[in-house]
Amino acid sequence: MGRKILLEHIDVPGIQSFDVYRSNGGYKSVEKVLKDYTPAQVTNEVKISGLRGRGGAGFPTGLKWSFLDRKSGNPSYLICNADESEPGTFKDRYLMEHIPHLLIEGMIVSGFALESNTAYIYVRGEFKYIIGILNNAIREGYSNGFLGKNICGSNYNLDIYVHSGAGAYICGEETALLESLEGKRGNPRIKPPFPAVKGLYGCPTVVNNVETLAAVVPIINMGGAAYASIGIGKSTGTKLMSACGNINNPGVYEVEMGLPVNEFLYSDKYCGGIRNNKKLKAVVAGGSSVPILPAHLILKTIAGDDRLISYESLAEGGFESGTMLGSGGFIVYDEDACMVRNAWNFTRFYHHESCGQCSPCREGTGWMEKVLHRMESGLGRMHDIDLLVSIAGKIEGNTICPLGDAAAWPIASVIRHFRSEFEFHVNFPEIIKNIRHGSLEKYLKTEKISV
Amino acid sequence: MLGNKLNHKQYHKENQPVQFSDEILKKVEQIINRYPEGRQKSAMLPVLHIAQEEFGGYLSVDVMDYVASLIHVQPIEVYEVATFYSQYYLENVGKYVIEVCRTGPCAICGGETISEYLQDKLNINVGETTTDGLFTLKEVECLGACGSAPVMQINTEFYENLTEDRIDILLEEMKTRTDHSKSKEARWVEKFF
Repeated sequence: MGRKILLEHIDVPGIQSFDVYRSNGGYKSVEKVLKDYTPAQVTNEVKISGLRGRGGAGFPTGLKWSFLDRKSGNPSYLICNADESEPGTFKDRYLMEHIPHLLIEGMIVSGFALESNTAYIYVRGEFKYIIGILNNAIREGYSNGFLGKNICGSNYNLDIYVHSGAGAYICGEETALLESLEGKRGNPRIKPPFPAVKGLYGCPTVVNNVETLAAVVPIINMGGAAYASIGIGKSTGTKLMSACGNINNPGVYEVEMGLPVNEFLYSDKYCGGIRNNKKLKAVVAGGSSVPILPAHLILKTIAGDDRLISYESLAEGGFESGTMLGSGGFIVYDEDACMVRNAWNFTRFYHHESCGQCSPCREGTGWMEKVLHRMESGLGRMHDIDLLVSIAGKIEGNTICPLGDAAAWPIASVIRHFRSEFEFHVNFPEIIKNIRHGSLEKYLKTEKISV
Repeated sequence: MLGNKLNHKQYHKENQPVQFSDEILKKVEQIINRYPEGRQKSAMLPVLHIAQEEFGGYLSVDVMDYVASLIHVQPIEVYEVATFYSQYYLENVGKYVIEVCRTGPCAICGGETISEYLQDKLNINVGETTTDGLFTLKEVECLGACGSAPVMQINTEFYENLTEDRIDILLEEMKTRTDHSKSKEARWVEKFF
């Protein structure tokens, strides 16, 4: 279960540089496809591999590529989405910082499959130093004949440019990213038309996450079928999990799909258990947008099976008792964490990051933030709890892009699983007012009230 | 959201002409050439970043108008963008802009106390600048470094696994730096754009 295919060489000293990367088998997949494959064969190999988008949505990558409109006569574009800003997620940053050539290599192969001659990497503006690293890797790619004209003596040409964002979570949504790349506000577009038909500058475009593009490299090297044999069911291959919160070993881990959550959480190879020997209270398994689950439901499904790290297992039970793999941002909360405060915090995030186009999201996230703030300040009313559920329900599904859903799901789920904690906030405002920064459990114990 | 963010009275105050050096202009042209012909508006975000660094750390109306002229768009198109993205500052900021992450994973690992500590230490509220013009304190949303929470960013640098002691050392070091000029060398632009 400990097999690494993306981060296999991550510990090799100097792997950031072209020479070391190359001498560890780097850029072999580029040579292979340019020599032996047609673009359609590369796409087919990715389809066989069962690779699904690693940015959060989990859409099959090969299928996405096959939607590309090749008959329009317009040039096609490949865009790498490196606008990683989902709270709890920091895997792409890790990958780009430590093994940037893996992304460049994956982009060349993917660009070939899509017959694109221009590719952009959209990096969030805060990651200036990552831009420096990527620009360096791209320069090395050019000087070694892997970028530019006639790559490796073939007819294929590709230019890759890094484009800096400027601090907007919404630009991680693919159509908002395209707007931003065109020099506009990051307002998501109405779909259809999908980017594969009308994307950047109205041309056919594929937008893929950093990890997705990197995964194309091992798929070509080992073959799609071999990649598909790793993992479990329709969750093939490996996933980068970024673990954070109240755990002993926060960091980025490559796990084979199908690893039990229990092992991921408690094994010293991964998270290493809860910090300070505390008890596990809740987990957000795939970035702040996915439903939060209490300890018993993240470790086992409602049917009593072990919960595994895979798209299907984490989603088992639907929104009643399940969650989603999302981006792999694994946030762990110990017994002291206050669920109301956390809900307020996340809602403030979505309110701040709403682009303002759709009223339900623009206004609804603000209302939820205010209600939660009121509750967290000890001024909540009992009907606020249902009010929150009602607002969340009215945002969900009523917006152009998924940010509305992403803001609504955490609220609906935290009230579903931790309703008593919200009631406690209403019933004992004096206690709530005196608690700073969480640590509610301590008070609950002294008051002998169970949550 | 938009509110009164764009203050039309706030024109460029420093006695510095709003004009890039030849070296930077060459770089701007290179950036524009990354995009297909007629799509020079795509260079908006990178050029605004460079302009902000070059002209005193924030985007005055004069600076935005200058950027509009460089990429051949109407000034309003630049204002639209500058008011949307959180990394563009529309008011003067200190030499060091301290941006403390306040989002969930940082908050449960002590991020909230870090911000309070900095407010006490610098004797300013969030959003304000110290009277010596050195530090501006801001709270920002997720910086994407949750595994090393709590985290803050000062200008382009990330500072992770923060403790109060580390912050003390960091601030002292910054205060004693002799070079307090804001303008960056062309190398800075070369590295990041």
